[in-house]
Amino acid sequence: MTERAQLLLEIADDELILGWRDSEWTGIAPLLEEDVAFSSIAQNEIGHARALYELAARELGTTADELAFDRQPEEYRCCSLVELRLPEWERTIARHVLYEQADAERLERLKASDDAELAGLAAKIDREEIYHRLHAEMWHERLKGEPRYQAALEELRPLVDARDGHSDELEPLWEEMTSVRRSQPAGTRW
Amino acid sequence: MVTAEQVWDALAEVPDPEIPVISIVDLGVVRDVRVEDGRVHVEFTPTFLGCPALEVMRSQMAEKITELGAEPEVEVIQDDSWSTDRITPEGREKLRQAGFAPPAPREAGQTTLVQLQSNGFRCPYCGSRDTALENIFGPTPCRSLRYCRSCRQPFEQFKTI
Repeated sequence: MTERAQLLLEIADDELILGWRDSEWTGIAPLLEEDVAFSSIAQNEIGHARALYELAARELGTTADELAFDRQPEEYRCCSLVELRLPEWERTIARHVLYEQADAERLERLKASDDAELAGLAAKIDREEIYHRLHAEMWHERLKGEPRYQAALEELRPLVDARDGHSDELEPLWEEMTSVRRSQPAGTRW
Repeated sequence: MVTAEQVWDALAEVPDPEIPVISIVDLGVVRDVRVEDGRVHVEFTPTFLGCPALEVMRSQMAEKITELGAEPEVEVIQDDSWSTDRITPEGREKLRQAGFAPPAPREAGQTTLVQLQSNGFRCPYCGSRDTALENIFGPTPCRSLRYCRSCRQPFEQFKTI
């Protein structure tokens, strides 16, 4: 696999898995506004994953769906940060803040890439991510004086770059995420 | 033989599936139309990459082109060349009349929290600038929720993209 395809899969996997985790707040967030916000953020992240998988799929001669759902859990290239199920609000916000920061830096690098297709897509994604960053900033301002939130930031910070192996939480998520697809023979038209 | 102009006219009848008061041509998401040997090539940009209306728009465009007796090819462009600045003046007016505040121009600079929380945004119902941010996110990815303190009416604000 080329370096480009590996990079595309790394970002796409981050966005897909985070999108799934963010969507877990739909219906149970502490505020109605946050039900809407995390559902919308999840939808954006999964949209980014789709566009990135499509670029990778063209290079690898496959489809976005196959890349998203037909690989084994150990083949995913996402960081451990996005894999965790975080039903505590302060930990979810800490992940949101840490991820958006790291993602912004990654997008800046990609926007400057010589690969016009990749740079163009990164610029499009970055326009949408502005709103995720504003949302993260708003919550960081609100929670920064809370010891539980500060502890969550310390706990999760090392996981941003953790890409050697996976946490135990990826496999149960993968089971859930791919169960419908795996229940049908390969090549089923949906 | 179908002409590009006929195709533009036909596409102007395709409503945005989520905000049907505005057409996809008013929205500026149809980027280019080329006609070659009975085939119509359309370049099209999603407002947001995760927009669930994408497939609906794509099939409605294809249907309109087929009705004209041509073979459609709809290409989705996924770069930063579309912005909400491309919504036509007519489109902005239609949005306003339907209770959606049109987006601020990109030239106003990258959106900041301070800006969203200020009263720079005008209520589409009464025109007052005394409006507050309720939620950066709304019922679709492209909209935020605001509240007008003057006429006490919540409204949806198109995000600047």
